Amino acid sequence: MFDVADSSEQAWRAEVGAWIRANFPPELAGKNPYRYTSDGAYADADPDFQLWLRRVVDHGWGAPSWPVEYGGGGLSARQGAIINEEMINAGAFHPNRTYGEMMLGPTLLEFADEVQKRQFIPPIARGEVRWCQGFSEPGAGSDLASLQTKCIDDGDHWVVNGQKIWTSGANHADWCFCLVRTDTSRKQGGISFLLIDMKSAGVEARPITLISGTTHFCEVFFSDVRVPKENMIGGVNQGWTVAKRLLQFERGSLASGRAEEAPLGPIARKHVGVDAEGRIADSDLRMRVIQNDMRLRAYEQSLRRTRAEVKAGVGLGVPVSALKNLGAGLSQERAELMIEILGQRGLGWEGDAFTPEELEATRTWLHSKAYSIYGGSYEVQNNITAKRVLGLPSA
Amino acid sequence: MAVLTEEQSLLRDAAEAWAQERSPLGALRKIRASGDGLGFDAQAFAEMAEMGWAGIVVPEEFGGADFGVHSMGVVLEQLGRTLTASPLIVSSLTAATGLKRAGSAALKQAWLPKIAAGEAIVTLAIDEGVRHNPAATELRAKKSGAGFKLSGAKRPVPFGMAAHAAIIAARTSGAPGDVSGITLFLAPTDSAKLTRAPLIEIEARGAAAYHLDGVTLGPEAVLGAVDEGGPLLERMLDCACAGLAAQMLGSSSAAFEITLAYLKTRKQFGQLIGAFQALQHRAAVLLGEIELTRSAVETALDALDADAPEAHELASLAKALAGDTFRRVAGEMVQMHGGIGMTDEHDAGLFLKRARIDDMSFGGAGYHRERYGRLAGY
Repeated sequence: MFDVADSSEQAWRAEVGAWIRANFPPELAGKNPYRYTSDGAYADADPDFQLWLRRVVDHGWGAPSWPVEYGGGGLSARQGAIINEEMINAGAFHPNRTYGEMMLGPTLLEFADEVQKRQFIPPIARGEVRWCQGFSEPGAGSDLASLQTKCIDDGDHWVVNGQKIWTSGANHADWCFCLVRTDTSRKQGGISFLLIDMKSAGVEARPITLISGTTHFCEVFFSDVRVPKENMIGGVNQGWTVAKRLLQFERGSLASGRAEEAPLGPIARKHVGVDAEGRIADSDLRMRVIQNDMRLRAYEQSLRRTRAEVKAGVGLGVPVSALKNLGAGLSQERAELMIEILGQRGLGWEGDAFTPEELEATRTWLHSKAYSIYGGSYEVQNNITAKRVLGLPSA
Repeated sequence: MAVLTEEQSLLRDAAEAWAQERSPLGALRKIRASGDGLGFDAQAFAEMAEMGWAGIVVPEEFGGADFGVHSMGVVLEQLGRTLTASPLIVSSLTAATGLKRAGSAALKQAWLPKIAAGEAIVTLAIDEGVRHNPAATELRAKKSGAGFKLSGAKRPVPFGMAAHAAIIAARTSGAPGDVSGITLFLAPTDSAKLTRAPLIEIEARGAAAYHLDGVTLGPEAVLGAVDEGGPLLERMLDCACAGLAAQMLGSSSAAFEITLAYLKTRKQFGQLIGAFQALQHRAAVLLGEIELTRSAVETALDALDADAPEAHELASLAKALAGDTFRRVAGEMVQMHGGIGMTDEHDAGLFLKRARIDDMSFGGAGYHRERYGRLAGY
């Protein structure tokens, strides 16, 4: 569906667009927003980013659609979505799209008690506290509910022992939202959702170097870490329910996040050359680029249709588990095509012999392999689609 | 599911109910068995016309409702669910669009009211070679006095045995391969110089081979301008593609639902086969493909109604995706049903055959990927 914007929506869009254009530091144009929101050291070291974050937060848009009493902007979900859309339209990005804002905050609004809400939510809206997600363990990846990190009741405190892995940004995070085991006799029913201060004694985060060279994934070790009783969200052994909701927010943000990609045509024409009729010279590569472009376009149409149906209350659009796999697969395919187009120039690792764009494409290709692993792997998403959407039986 | 207008919701509900009651899957078997070569049930088509579906894109002054292409797509999707055979796409959508956009006042008056009432079927005589490629049109229209003489062959002509008239793409100048130099004519099919022979195909779709041996037409038979039929034909075929893609979406959805139901009832190795992860994941992938197709179909239908400049490429996107998806779902339908899916008694084969026919009609997925690529600057 084409969005039929009413006049008040158009007015809001215009207002938002004007504010962004007046306030977005031009130095940040073209920078990779993902790097700022995932790499704390990188974000802290860039004064332009800090200025942009402060401006957005001071304007009340750090978390535009959260209630005012918890530091949010009090806007409707639609108004908040328009802010994000206009950020992209203006070549800008939202500086506070962090784990805290995208996943933890919405979860706390549903599951935290009043004291917890007032303590933890406002700093997220202001972009002051950096959160990491302590879910996966060496023995609990796709089978997340088999996690073993121990959490023992010690009177006014919990005592936590165990190991987490693939914890993004843990080495620069202030706090961790964590799944821990409070009951070993039940699988899902023995898990609790705990907020842990990363400065606590006994917490250690060690970066892991990935195939793409990045080091923002960490291992986190907990050794007799004492956590105040009031930091548990949703009650003892209720963590799986809380986590499932949080993972929905994660999948939603992953599914909606990756549509705005530049067309491959101009890059391909430049690097591969053109035939007598002006078409990409390599006809096999050309057809695969066209196919990827077509399907990516249908994917973007699916995001718009999903928003339109939800807004009109006539349906839920495309199930998130299906959208995530489609989006991840198309982006991975696109990253592969990009390397194929760049040829030998797509094989550089670092140094002046390659342009920054070429190096970025190579790292993006390697990083893209994670798209179908994180946030629920391709296989887990298909399990969810099969069981929850299609109602197929369990073995 | 699209965000529909009230009239579209009513059309959808009416089409869904009618198709289930009056045109279930078994109806297609009866048409096949009848052997009359028409390819559809005339009584059923009369009922469709009675409900106004043959006039959905026809202007009100000619007896139609002028609801637009998306509304037609809503009906076609429901008819596609039961593989209903009808000349709605060819005649009521595509020929009517051509007449509406470029017909002279006399041509419109002569044909549009009859199309809207379901009294006349106007088909499309476009294809000549083994692949859809309008630019390759060879059939000649030579100047003859004030009018033209048409000679050549057309095949396949959908619902060609039943059609009262045909919009014929003919070459008035240039050479096969040139987009310019094509002229569209509206010709009654009762000319003695036109012979038609039915094609017996994998499914009864009423296809025919036409041979024209000097069919004489006056200048009033020209649709649009002489030599300039190419762009008009493109626009008509965009409507055909989007409408057919909507019908294919319905067929794909129904094939998928029938298969899912089978996965939930068939037992092997002591359990429901739908519990096997290998089948679950293939089903999950099919769902994603159907959803992508739905988005592309609805966007294309809207773009045609809005006369948007990108409607050409969006129609190709919808047709290509619908072709890939329908063929994939139909293939999986046969495979997941196993031996029973190979039998003529089971409906899986009906979907498999229809998927091939639909994909090839108005250009296959490969044709439309190439067209999209050209339009999008690849």
